[in-house]
Amino acid sequence: MSKEQKPGWKTLTRGGLILDAGNADEYATGGWRVKRPEWIPDNCIHCLFCWVYCPDSSIETKDGKMTGIDYEHCKGCGICAEVCPAKEKAIVMEPEGGKEDGDE
Amino acid sequence: MNKRVALTGNEAVAKAMQQINPDVVAAYPITPQTEIVQIFSKYVADGKVETEFVTVESEHSAMSACIGSAAGGARSMTATSANGLALMWEVVYIAASTRLPIVMPVVNRALSAPINIHCDHSDAMGARDSGWIQLFSENAQEAYDNAIQAVRIGESKDVLLPVMVNLDGFIISHAVENLNINDAEEVQKFVGEYKAEHHLLDKDNPITVGPLDLQDYYFEHKRQQSEAMKYAKEAVKKIGKEYGELTGREYGYFTGYKLEDAEIVLIGMGSTMGTAQAAVDELREQGVKAGLLKLRMFRPFPAEELAEALAHVPVIGVLDRAETFSTNGGPLFTDMHFALYGQEHKLIDFIYGLGGRDTNVSHLKGMFEMLQKAKDGQPIDRINYIGVRE
Repeated sequence: MSKEQKPGWKTLTRGGLILDAGNADEYATGGWRVKRPEWIPDNCIHCLFCWVYCPDSSIETKDGKMTGIDYEHCKGCGICAEVCPAKEKAIVMEPEGGKEDGDE
Repeated sequence: MNKRVALTGNEAVAKAMQQINPDVVAAYPITPQTEIVQIFSKYVADGKVETEFVTVESEHSAMSACIGSAAGGARSMTATSANGLALMWEVVYIAASTRLPIVMPVVNRALSAPINIHCDHSDAMGARDSGWIQLFSENAQEAYDNAIQAVRIGESKDVLLPVMVNLDGFIISHAVENLNINDAEEVQKFVGEYKAEHHLLDKDNPITVGPLDLQDYYFEHKRQQSEAMKYAKEAVKKIGKEYGELTGREYGYFTGYKLEDAEIVLIGMGSTMGTAQAAVDELREQGVKAGLLKLRMFRPFPAEELAEALAHVPVIGVLDRAETFSTNGGPLFTDMHFALYGQEHKLIDFIYGLGGRDTNVSHLKGMFEMLQKAKDGQPIDRINYIGVRE
């Protein structure tokens, strides 16, 4: 637990309501990942299907072009790799840490 | 102004709902509650209410829809019975824990199996630890009055909890009684407009409802619920008094009947407390100092006030229209032991009326007889099953 004192029951919002919008950004979920998406820029056609489908807003873009993946929040679901329509996939799923379970 | 009318309990509750004119009603029919929803849906079809009526495919969905609408800031109601309430179980807890002041009349009916559609309190008792406020009614009048007050109680600023208004299946729900009903405008004025402090349709202030709440926060939210129940106690009293000023019918946690000088007392909830009055009257004519305590508010449980009201009574019989199967008596018996812990009272449990088994004046006189014997020092079982064949 962090050293920062969390609010007690007298000051917390009732029923667990969260009153600030956009706070999912503060919760790093990248640690949940078992497989990581690897972006291969040479194959990318910048269709942004991955950006549309990503359930965690983890596809980074600039000026309408794919620029990378936010590994702080990507949970490794693999949807981006699945929907990538490029002839040679521009996103492929690789085992996190470079090893599959059961690998020597 | 009060108007005297003849209505069944279900009609009285539907009338209360019409006068409340909630924003949303989502409900699924189940005997013996069906008429409430049926009558209310007619009010909707006839334009007598402005309510958005949501027909759902199950009670689980009825409560889920109420949770959604209440989280959207709408005053929301449903009604159910027995297995319908049991099917709701998961979301009944979520309604209370999300602090949504939904009002739900429960027409009390035995839980299966074997299947039975008649009255006992096993359905409501299954929800006693869910965090809902639970009020019980002796007759159609009380069911009507409780339904109206429930709206205010649940929506009270520091409470924000759902309220269950219990009325005995068939005995109250289907029997016609004379009762006083209020003017619709008076009820509207009494319940006022519901303004949720935070809700999902407030587009300028987006919120998240029902987030993940793990080891570091969940306990604090449970602690808040315990505190809210203390405020609920205050709200039930305050609003019961205010309702009395409006209608002449004041409500508190419980009502005594010939309690002041009573030496043997039965405590219980629901319609049987009316039958018990007849038993007390007959016994009083014979010089027996019998009395009653009719409990209206079961959750929160008014333990201190009960201990005070019963301080002078040596022998107390507890009427339980439900069994806990703990081998230690019914749910009210357990709570009464807590309320009177460390004091000299003798407590005897009477489990009665399960599955609608008739409980008449002679049964109640029999119970008082046993209390009298206990008072005279004769051995009486702690837990007794009344009206069951041996």
